[in-house]
Amino acid sequence: MAVEKMALAKAINESLRRALDADPKVVIMGEDVGKLGGVFRVTDGLQKDFGESRVIDTPLAESGIVGTAIGLALRGYRPVVEIQFDGFVFPAYDQIVTQLAKMHARSLGKVKLPVVVRIPYGGGIGAVEHHSESPEALFAHVSGLKIVSPSNASDAYWMMQQAIQSDDPVIFFEPKRRYWDKGEVSTEAIPGPLHKARVTREGTDLTLAAYGPMVKLCHEVAEAAAEEGKSLEVLDLRSVSPLDFDSIQASVEKTRRLVVVHEAPVFFGSGAEIAARITERCFYHLEAPVLRVGGYHAPYPPARLEEEYLPDLDRVLDAVDRSLAY
Amino acid sequence: MTVESTAARKPRRSAGGKAGTKRTTRNTAQDTDPELVQLLTPEGERVKNAEYEQYVAGVTPEELRGLYRDMVLTRRFDAEATALQRQGELGLWASLLGQEAAQIGSGRALRDDDYVFPTYREHGVAWCRGVDPTNLLGMFRGVNNGGWDPNSNNFHLYTIVIGSQTLHATGYAMGVAKDGADSAVIAYFGDGASSQGDVAESFTFSAVYNAPVVFFCQNNQWAISEPTERQTRVPLYQRARGYGFPGVRVDGNDVLACLAVTKWALERARNGEGPTLVEAYTYRMGAHTTSDDPTRYRHDDERAAWEAKDPILRLRRYLEASNHADEGFFAELEAESEALGRRVREAVRAMPDPDHFAIFENVYADGHALVDEERAQFAAYQASFADVEGV
Repeated sequence: MAVEKMALAKAINESLRRALDADPKVVIMGEDVGKLGGVFRVTDGLQKDFGESRVIDTPLAESGIVGTAIGLALRGYRPVVEIQFDGFVFPAYDQIVTQLAKMHARSLGKVKLPVVVRIPYGGGIGAVEHHSESPEALFAHVSGLKIVSPSNASDAYWMMQQAIQSDDPVIFFEPKRRYWDKGEVSTEAIPGPLHKARVTREGTDLTLAAYGPMVKLCHEVAEAAAEEGKSLEVLDLRSVSPLDFDSIQASVEKTRRLVVVHEAPVFFGSGAEIAARITERCFYHLEAPVLRVGGYHAPYPPARLEEEYLPDLDRVLDAVDRSLAY
Repeated sequence: MTVESTAARKPRRSAGGKAGTKRTTRNTAQDTDPELVQLLTPEGERVKNAEYEQYVAGVTPEELRGLYRDMVLTRRFDAEATALQRQGELGLWASLLGQEAAQIGSGRALRDDDYVFPTYREHGVAWCRGVDPTNLLGMFRGVNNGGWDPNSNNFHLYTIVIGSQTLHATGYAMGVAKDGADSAVIAYFGDGASSQGDVAESFTFSAVYNAPVVFFCQNNQWAISEPTERQTRVPLYQRARGYGFPGVRVDGNDVLACLAVTKWALERARNGEGPTLVEAYTYRMGAHTTSDDPTRYRHDDERAAWEAKDPILRLRRYLEASNHADEGFFAELEAESEALGRRVREAVRAMPDPDHFAIFENVYADGHALVDEERAQFAAYQASFADVEGV
């Protein structure tokens, strides 16, 4: 088959369609995922083609969505549930943390929980409160869960395939501000393992590590830095749990400097974990402390302030300069 | 001055009650609820019920003795577990004392292909499902957090987070319906759990999807120290009406009534008639767990009133009065009961501590790089002590 250019949201849609086609045990659940096709249209047309018993409009209750998905998984189904927005996942947080994440271990490996929880996340779309958050660290802290976030259409397509095939629960963070970004998707060539990071731009002076919506920004930063004669490497982490420390280490041993970028607050964020572990692994290679660029320890601000809150070209360049100044 | 502000100035003491206030008459109104389904009075008298009689019409004397045996053995097992906790062999035990009829009656109404989602107190239901009682003790001894294969007996793991399992049961039942099977699912929970959002959501989901699930609420009157009136202002079974499915209150100390009502509810599920709420009205005769001290919040006379309604005693009275069981049966059961206690005691004492590396097992089904890394670090750390041992 062919290579096709499509938006990231469409790539997920196509991936879900392929999964529904391939495995009768795959079911889609969520608020407004049926006739409406989801508020971002990610499930557009799926209920029409696969019916109401495979693409299920649920009551407006997130704990109920995840809790019943667990029950369906115990019955042998592979539910892919949609949480409408990042800030609405918390009613389901209990089910995710105390039940979904732990049930495989509690059963001593007897039951499997192949549940995918899709969460459109992050800011940059001028939304109201609770619609722009990046809660990935709150899930990465929990063993039993796997956390991934694609940055482009091809990864969105293939990582969704892999997440659905995984026998572990996967929290699938979708970079909502990139939903409409187009990219080439091959429906034949699997681009690599789900939890492997990828160097998306080679460089020699400093490594920028990011995932999801911040990868595109890091490429813009690298482009701007190149004009100033600085060679930045961009590492698309793709997976937050597990984190591919081997790939980060390999890059940092080459460039000797690391800046981690995410929208989530810096404090106790994934950048903190990366900084700590890379400092352990690369202590003698580092020319500068690992720096982080991300959100502040404040509630996600109203839309008119989000540009000040979110990492942007200048803030990341500032961190690059600070690192290079050591 | 508005009406609201006047109300706000009133003392609120009446809502809380003072510590030490007598509660002896607390249950009277509900005990005499005309809606309470009962087939066997506390005195052991068999009474007819027009609606539910048909579900126990075929119960033979042998099956009656079986129900009695189940209850006696479950109580014996429970007593042994309490003793084992007192001896330091278990870290904790949640006793089912007093709830044997609710659990055995409902448990024996199930078919093998039905699926059970229990709380952590369903030792009697586990018994009915054929789960080895010693398996239940692993988590209370602290050697595992579950320890049985839920699919071997269609009996899910004990769930400690209150009410969570009602959603799992609902989702499982949605799957049963999708599969076109005529199995049913039963979710156990308590009066305390009825306040949880997950229980409310499971009612909503099961109703709108018409899921084949029975919600079996054992109202044992106490959620640790909080009486049922701290959870609800209406009898719990009436909540079902608001969700669009039937609810019924059954005498939870009457094993025959519990059997009949559960069979009725399961039949509804199998016939595609959706969920049912059964409120088994019973009493937690013991403490919430071995860590609890009920003398701080309830009076002995309340317990004494319920002792007169004991589930085992009333069936024994009936078996004796109707000549369905002789002295030999009771003597034999006594011996079997002691043997079970001994077996459980020995099995628990022989239960080994898990291997240290069990910490890292089954965290993921498909593995996780960090778990592998930390396991290796742990192994290296453990190995670093090897030389010291030799000194």
